[in-house]
Amino acid sequence: MSGAAATADPHRLGRSSGLRHAASENAGGGLRAKRIITGYGFWIFLLSDIIMFSAFFATYAVLVGNTAGGPSGKDLFDLRNVAIETALLLFSSFTCGIGSIGAETRRGSWFYGAMSVTFLFGAGFIALEIHEFAGLVAQGAGPTRSAFLSAFFTLVGCHGLHVTAGLLWLLTMMAQVYAKGYRADILRRILCFSLFWHALDIIWVALFTVVYLMGAGQ
Amino acid sequence: MLGKLSWEAIPYDQPIPMAASTVVGLVIIGVLGWVTVKGYVPYLWKEWITSVDHKRIGVMYCFLALVMLLRGFSDAIMMRSQQALAFQSPGYLPPEHYDQIFSAHGTLMIFFVAMPFVIGLMNFAVPLQLGVRDVAFPTLNSVSFWLTATGALLVNVSLVVGEFARTGWLPYPPLSELKYSPGVGVDYYLWALQISGVGTLLTGVNFVTTILKIHAPGMTYMRMPMFCWTALASNLLIVAAFPILTATLAMLLLDRYLGFHFFTNEAGGNMMMFMNLIWAWGHPEVYILILPAFGVFSEVVSTFSRKPLFGYRSMVMATMVICLLSFTVWLHHFFTMGAGADVNAIFGIMSMIIAVPTGVKVFNWLFTMYGGRIEYSTPLLWSLGFMVTFVVGGMTGVLLAVPPADFVLHNSLFLVAHFHNVIIGGVLFGAFAGYNYWFPKAFGFRLDERLGKAAFWCWIVGFYVAFMPLYVLGLMGMTRRMQHYDVPAWHPWLLVAALGAAIILAGIGFQVAQLVVSIRHRDELRDLTGDPWNGRSLEWATPSPPPAFNYAVLPQIEGEEAYWDIKQRAFERLQLRDEPEYREIEMPRNSATGFVCAFFASFMGFALIWHIWWLVGVAAFGAVATFVVFAWRDEVEYIIPAEEVARIDRANRSARRAVLEQMRVAAQ
Repeated sequence: MSGAAATADPHRLGRSSGLRHAASENAGGGLRAKRIITGYGFWIFLLSDIIMFSAFFATYAVLVGNTAGGPSGKDLFDLRNVAIETALLLFSSFTCGIGSIGAETRRGSWFYGAMSVTFLFGAGFIALEIHEFAGLVAQGAGPTRSAFLSAFFTLVGCHGLHVTAGLLWLLTMMAQVYAKGYRADILRRILCFSLFWHALDIIWVALFTVVYLMGAGQ
Repeated sequence: MLGKLSWEAIPYDQPIPMAASTVVGLVIIGVLGWVTVKGYVPYLWKEWITSVDHKRIGVMYCFLALVMLLRGFSDAIMMRSQQALAFQSPGYLPPEHYDQIFSAHGTLMIFFVAMPFVIGLMNFAVPLQLGVRDVAFPTLNSVSFWLTATGALLVNVSLVVGEFARTGWLPYPPLSELKYSPGVGVDYYLWALQISGVGTLLTGVNFVTTILKIHAPGMTYMRMPMFCWTALASNLLIVAAFPILTATLAMLLLDRYLGFHFFTNEAGGNMMMFMNLIWAWGHPEVYILILPAFGVFSEVVSTFSRKPLFGYRSMVMATMVICLLSFTVWLHHFFTMGAGADVNAIFGIMSMIIAVPTGVKVFNWLFTMYGGRIEYSTPLLWSLGFMVTFVVGGMTGVLLAVPPADFVLHNSLFLVAHFHNVIIGGVLFGAFAGYNYWFPKAFGFRLDERLGKAAFWCWIVGFYVAFMPLYVLGLMGMTRRMQHYDVPAWHPWLLVAALGAAIILAGIGFQVAQLVVSIRHRDELRDLTGDPWNGRSLEWATPSPPPAFNYAVLPQIEGEEAYWDIKQRAFERLQLRDEPEYREIEMPRNSATGFVCAFFASFMGFALIWHIWWLVGVAAFGAVATFVVFAWRDEVEYIIPAEEVARIDRANRSARRAVLEQMRVAAQ
C-alpha cells in the first residue's frame, strides 16, 4: 500500500474473470483431510521410486546381452524358485490388505495376525532371494563377473532392499500400534505402508516378467 | 579403525587449500564463539535449527546458497586468474589442484548455490502465496534442508581432508572409475550428492503435494500466482528426474566400491549408459533451476509495472510444456556420441522447439511492461538484465542445438559461455531478484536500493566482460578446462575475461555491503504495513515478517490476484475488511529430527568416503533411530491462543488502517 491508488487496468488480456472458473473447477481451493494429503504425498514418493526402478530397468535392458563370455540368464535362472517368491509376495499383499482393514476397524487379532503373516511371507521372499544370490555367487556368477550380472544383481537387489526396509517398517508399525493404539497418525502410516507394499508387488511383476521370464526364455 | 583416513589426507604441502581452510576454520570458530558468548545458542536452536516453519527454512536455504556462492565464486576467480597467467607458463595452480577447482566450482554452483536458492525462495513464498499456514509435511521440509546442508558440508570438508573430484562437475566414466580416479575425490562428490539428493527429492514430494492439495478456500489452480505454477513444474521435475540421478550415482558407487561393471571398459560395461542416464536427469535439472526463476520474474515484472501479468494462461501453458519437453532433449549433451544423423536430428529439433514456450514467456513479460507504470527498482533491474542476457544465451543454445555446429563447438569455451549465459543471466539473476523482492517480507525491512543497483550494474557488466570473450575463444578453438596453453591469440581474451570476473567481484562486494548497510539502517528501511512494493499476490496481505501461522484467518479467494482485489476494495471504501472472528490455531511443533538426522548422515557420508565401516553402521543406525523416535512422539502440535492471534493481526490492521487514514486526509 505504498500510496497511489492503482490505475484501472484495461489490459486483462488472457485472463478470465475468475468467476467462470470457480464453478467449473473446484479442483483447487479449501483444505483437505490430513489422510488425503498424506496418502497423496506418499503416492508421489512412490512414483519417484518407480522412476528410480525404471532407470535400473533401462540399464538392465541395455546390458542384458553383455555377458562378457560369462553365463546368461538362460543358464542361471531357476523359475521354480522365482515362482515361489512371486507367490509369497503376492499373498503377502493380500494379507497386508486384510491387516489394513483390521487396523481401520480396530480389530487387534486381525491386524496383528494378518500383519504377522505378511511379515513371514515377506521374510520368506527375502530368504529365497538371498539363497538365490548366494547360489549364483558360489558358482562364480556374482555381480563382478559381467555387466549383465551387475545389472541383474542391482535391479533385483534394489527390490530386495525395498522389501527388507518394508519388513523393518512393518515391525515398527506393529510395535507402534501396540504401544500407542490406533491413533489417526498411526493409521495414516499404516495406509502409507500398505501403499508401499503393494507398489513393491507392481515392481516385482515387472521384474518377474522382464528379468526372469524373458531371461529364461531366450 | 579409521579406514583409509590418515594424517596424509591433509594437504600440508599445498599452501592455497591450507590457507583457505585455515581462514574458513577461523571464521567458523569465531562465529560459533561469538554466538556462544552472546548467548544466542538457545535462540538459534529453538527459532531456527529445529524450526519447521517454511519461512525459516526458506531463509536458511537462501543463506546456505549465499555462503556457498562465495566459496564457488572464489573458485571462479582462481580459474580466471590461472588462465590469465598460464600463457606459456604453468601459472600458479598445479594441474591436479586446478582440476579439483573446476569440478568443485560446478558442483557447488549447481547443487549448493542454485538449488538451495530456488528451493529457499519456493519455501518462503509458495505457502504464503497459496494462502495457507505451512507446507504439507513441515518436519520433512526441515529434514530436506539439513540433508542439503550435509552435502554442502561434505564438499567443503574435501578441501582439507583428502581431495575433491578431478573429473568435472559430472563424473564421466571411465575417468571416474576406481582405476583412473583411485583417490577419495569422486567418493566425496558421490556421497555428498546422494545425501543432498535425498533432501531434494523429499522437497519435490513435499511441494507437489502442497501446491496440488493445500490451498486457501477459493484458490483454484487457475488463480494461483505464476510463481506457484513454476514451482509446481519445477517440483514435478524434481520428482521425475532426481530418482534417475540417485540410480545413476548408485551404479557408479557400486562400480567403485564393489567392483561392478556398469560403466567400466571391461566385462561388458557401457560408459555411454552413464552419459544417457546422467543427462536424462541433467537436462530436466536445468529447468528445475530456471522455472522458479521465471516465476520470480513474472511476479516482479507484474508488480513493478503495476499491471497484471500479461497472458497468464499462456504462461501456465508454456510452463507446463517446458516441463514436459525437458525430458525429450537430453541427447543434445552428447551429439558426438555417434548415435547417427536421424537420432541427432530429432534431438536437435526438439531442443529448438523448447525455445518456443520460452519465447512465449519473454513476450509475455515484455507485454506486461508495455503500457505499465514502471518503477525501476532493484528486483526489476535484475529482471530486465535477465531478459536481455537470457535471450542471448538462448540463441547461442539454439546454435549449439544444431548437430553439425555442435560437432565443432562441443567441449569448447563456447559451450562454457553458453551455459553461464543462461545460468547466471537466468537462474542467478532470478534468485537475486527474488532475494531483493521478498527480503522485506522475510525480515520486515527493505534492502538498500542504491547499493542493490550498484551490485546489479557490476554483475551485468562483469558478466558480459567475463563471458563474451569465452564465446570468441570457443570459436577460436580453445577447449574448456585447460590448465595452461601456448596460443598467443587466446591470451588477450583471457585477460579481458579475468577483468570481467574482477568486476563481478565488485558486484558481490556491493551485495555484502548492501546487506550490512541495510541491517544497520533497518529502522529507516522498515516495512510497517507488510506491503512495501504495492504487491498483487497474497503474501503481501501478511505483516512483515509474517507470524508463524501466516494468516490469522485463511483468506477467501474470489479471483486472480487475490490481494490486489482486496486492496482495491479497501481503497474504494477507504476502510479495511471487517475484523474476523479470531480462533486458536494449531501449528506443528518444532523438531530436531532434521538436524539430528543430518548429523548422523554427515558422519555416515564421511565414513563411507573413508571406508570406516563401523562408523557407517553406527551412523546409519542413529539416523534410522531418529526417525523412530520422531514417529513415537505424542504431541505433534501446539496451540496459539485466539488472543495472541488477535493481538498480532490487530497490530497489522492498525498499520494498514493508518495508510488508509492518510489517503482519506489527502482526498479531503
